[in-house]
Amino acid sequence: MTAVEIAAAVRSGQRSARSVVDEHLDVIAGGDADIHAFNLVAAAQARARADEIDGAVAAGRDPGPLAGVPVALKDNLCTRGLATTCSSRILEGWAPPYDATVVEQLHNAGAVVVGKTNMDEFAMGSSTENSAFGPTCNPCDTSRVPGGSSGGSAAAVAAGFAPVALGSDTGGSIRQPAALCGVVGVKPTYGLVSRYGLVAFASSLDQIGPFTTTVADAAAVLDVIGGPDARDSTSISEPQPPVSDTLADGIDGLRVGVLTELSGNGIAPDVAAQLQAAVRALESAGASVAEASVPAAVYGLSAYYLIAPAEASSNLARYDGVRYGLRVDGPSTPDMNTATRSAGFGDEVKRRIMIGTYALSAGYYDAYYGKAQKVRTLIINDFASVWEQFDLLVSPTSPTTAFPLGERAADPMAMYMSDVCTVPVNLTGQAAMSVPYGVGDDGLPVGVQIMAPALGEPVMFRAAAVLEASL
Amino acid sequence: MRFGMGQQRITRAECAHVAALARLELTDEELDRFTSQLDELLDHVAEVEALDLEALPPTMHALPIANLLRPDTPGEVLDRDEVLAQAPFAEDGQFRVPPVLGEAP
Repeated sequence: MTAVEIAAAVRSGQRSARSVVDEHLDVIAGGDADIHAFNLVAAAQARARADEIDGAVAAGRDPGPLAGVPVALKDNLCTRGLATTCSSRILEGWAPPYDATVVEQLHNAGAVVVGKTNMDEFAMGSSTENSAFGPTCNPCDTSRVPGGSSGGSAAAVAAGFAPVALGSDTGGSIRQPAALCGVVGVKPTYGLVSRYGLVAFASSLDQIGPFTTTVADAAAVLDVIGGPDARDSTSISEPQPPVSDTLADGIDGLRVGVLTELSGNGIAPDVAAQLQAAVRALESAGASVAEASVPAAVYGLSAYYLIAPAEASSNLARYDGVRYGLRVDGPSTPDMNTATRSAGFGDEVKRRIMIGTYALSAGYYDAYYGKAQKVRTLIINDFASVWEQFDLLVSPTSPTTAFPLGERAADPMAMYMSDVCTVPVNLTGQAAMSVPYGVGDDGLPVGVQIMAPALGEPVMFRAAAVLEASL
Repeated sequence: MRFGMGQQRITRAECAHVAALARLELTDEELDRFTSQLDELLDHVAEVEALDLEALPPTMHALPIANLLRPDTPGEVLDRDEVLAQAPFAEDGQFRVPPVLGEAP
């Protein structure tokens, strides 16, 4: 059952939330040993919450638009009293004293949190292999990675453990795993969804979004988690129209651009073929399609791998052994800080902290961080001229289908290249999503990325619905 | 994935200095590996060096918003005991740390 179907059945009293939750907990118990999507399954809490929802229905109250829908949360979203680890040893044992805004919103909409999902440590990675608790496997082929960094969330939805999961996307960490696991993944416009309670990686790029099996489910979740929040100073202050309302409006007359810089060089032929099939489907539905060029997009990866580590080096300074999580003692506070951080962080996190510290350090700031911020402006300007001619852009989400576990783990540059199609949109703050569109030569899922201008979610979802219906 | 045979962009000594700034202690093996990996990344991102960006302002943030402030009135705060309960060491309502300056007592 989809999330929309579950909510309808629970709200009308046709099905109990408890039976829905029990069913999903059974699937998790039977299957997660092979996938390792979860860091923690909150079975007792989920059953208690489901009973509350059933009580509300019995009393004639509406539990909300996601009534009884099991939801898995990436383990960098704060959950009051429930361990939140970011898949890092440095936060082991920490239970936040508050809920993230999105967690409150899901709760108020009647959803049921079933657990916290595995991820690359502090969301740094593209395969979920950089987890202190071991990798997640792709449910489509357990010898392959699920993508990352929200690989546990993507795998949880693909494996049927939960119809909905939330992830975070700093450079593609929702869209790329969605593509590799064959599910829908949305990176909303920067500022549409509150980041309060999302453990910060790169604050000017991070955005929370949903994983689902259907476009309508993703719309239903986004309509719940989007909106202003006084606790996030980067939150867009005007409420936006519900995406679900216009989902079926079609795309007749829309102008769609195929983003050439992200669709040619380096894209596997079988992935490119699926993009072409998707383009034909959009044309059949009445859209006009032409090539679109954002020349500066090719510099996206370089700008991203300076800006994101720079922000991370600052954000991760707070893990110092004083206020939460791990402490490794030393004779002085600086020694204790160093011992704690050296023991608590994994290799990729250390690498990124060092890149960022270097890019921000005296003598190198202008050459690296300063230059990267100007490249960001260049990319924003290039996109702005393209939006004068196009309503939407498309590209592959990932250059390849899911790669084998271990293949890129020892080669950071090869891993960073996995993000080439997704990072430009984080730098510009625009909306983007990945929609599954057939399979590659290896039988593994291919995702098509749809990009829209800032707050272009309604149009983006209409195109996603068209692609979904054309399969 | 070397993009040229350019000079080394970061030395082992610079890498050790950066690690110290970031309060990280690396083994000799880690230092060798990270120096080579950081050098490879810096070599890749150097592709932006050729771009003429003088006339462009930097973008710090994708949205044109700044200084969103709430009214200066007391709001809800976290419970002190609940917060301190998460600390590795707490005492007398405060976080406890080893000596910050000077010799240990």
